[in-house]
Order: sequence, then C-alpha cells, then structure tokens
Amino acid sequence: MLSCKEATARVSASLDRKLSLRERLAVKVHLGMCTACRRMARQMALLRAASRRLALEGTVEGMGMETLSDEARLRILQQLKKQ
Amino acid sequence: MPRDLEQPEVVVQELNPAHWLDEYGNHLYGYALRRLRNPARAEDMVQETLLAALETHHTYAGRSSEKTWLTGILRHKIIDFIRKQARELTVDDINGLSDATIDKDIDILFDARGRWIHPPRDWGKPDRVLENSEFIEAFNHCLERLKPAQAQIFSLKEFVGQSIDAICRESGITATNCSVILYRARMALRRCLEIRWGDDTEKRR
Repeated sequence: MLSCKEATARVSASLDRKLSLRERLAVKVHLGMCTACRRMARQMALLRAASRRLALEGTVEGMGMETLSDEARLRILQQLKKQ
Repeated sequence: MPRDLEQPEVVVQELNPAHWLDEYGNHLYGYALRRLRNPARAEDMVQETLLAALETHHTYAGRSSEKTWLTGILRHKIIDFIRKQARELTVDDINGLSDATIDKDIDILFDARGRWIHPPRDWGKPDRVLENSEFIEAFNHCLERLKPAQAQIFSLKEFVGQSIDAICRESGITATNCSVILYRARMALRRCLEIRWGDDTEKRR
C-alpha cells in the first residue's frame, strides 16, 4: 500500500513520464480510497492546466500591458538598422 | 506547385524588419512575456528574434506564415535562454533542491506514516477555477515565489512544454533530480495556492 506521501510523489512523476503498470495500479488503488489524495491529484492537474493556459493565452497579471512599449520598439528598430 | 515562380515576391516582402516589428511585435512580446515573466527579458528576446530572423531570412522558405516562422525562432531563443540560466545554477543549488534526504518542505506536510497532516482542500471544478482571474492571479503570485532553480525547470517543463529528457540533457541535471525538482516545485505551488486560493470556499462556487 502506498502512503499519501508516496502517492503524491507518483502523481507528480506521472506528469513527467509514463508510470509503469505497477505504479499506475498502486496510485489508482490509493486514489480510489483516499479523498485527500484525489484532491491532490486534481490540484496537480490544475497546476499543469493553469500553466498551459498562461503560456498560450493568459495575461500576465501585474506585469503591465502585453504590448511592446514605444521605447522598446525604438530601441529594437535601431538595433535592426545597425545590421 | 510551381513554388519557384512564387518565391521572388515573398523574398522582397520578407526583408522588412520594421514591418515585422509593426506587425508581430506585440504577438512576439506577449509570447515571450508569458513564458519568461519578465518584461525586460521579453523585450530582449523580441530583439534577438528579429536580429536572428534578419540573418537567417534566406532559410525561410515561405512554407509557414511569417508569424509562425518568427514565433518558432522566438521559442528557440527562449529555450536557450532558460537553459543557459539553468546551467549557471551551482551544484549546491541543484543538490539542495533535489537531495532526497533533505526533504523538509515536504516532510512537514505528512505524519510519520506518510499521511496528510493538513489534507488538500477542494479547489472546485477545474474549468471554473481556470476561468477565475483571482486564481490566475494567485497562481502568478505563487510562481514568483518559487526558488530560481525550481522556477527555471518548471518553466521549461510547463510553459515551454519541453520533455524531461530534453531538459535534463541540456541543463546537465540527471532525470531523477529533474523529477524531484519538479515535484518540489509543484508541492510549493500547491501549498502556496492552498493559502492564497483554497481557503475561501465562496470563490469556488
């Protein structure tokens, strides 16, 4: 039987590599019986989903507008002209 | 398709970097900002991308749109940049974050038998949570609080979408260490979000 701590480590690992059949079964059995770890697993999945969303379409809160400032444009243009 | 006949026109258009900046500057900047989370660095990346594009425009065959081509260059620039940062991490940084014997941050979450001391909270329906700007704000806040090595490896994995093998190979970190660093990063984010987000049941309904 996996402990919650072991189950948590395996769920994280499952986001990085394919678990072995044995590992998958052990996690499945544990999650089947443990509400806390089912929540943990949903939280882990949500971390990934939130990252994907931020990387694809998200706004970056507190970092200002998602547009190049005029200063930056000018600077980049000058560099391009040097080439 | 008689592609040869079409190409001359494409080449003429493509040699206008000022046009790239006007047309795709904001797109490229937003792409970089969301992955690097730093405006100054994101600006640098846009500049480097356009300079690289200028140098290698002859390799652009017009098979993809200009936007796709430029975004592809930018993506590589971002990966290179984060990898370079990861390579600058000291051995202590990496060992400190991946040494399985020093596991304080995780040990305090579980009792001696490996059971949760504070069981995770229900964060609500994933679709709803992702639409919630307060959650996204909390997530950003928590990302800022990761240790540098955690943040770099996590970014490569989850923001840039690199495989763990590629990350390890290029950063000189073993696969096991990489996996441990990611595990701790996720646990740190999870805990931080429990405090900043999971505490308030009202928000989730």
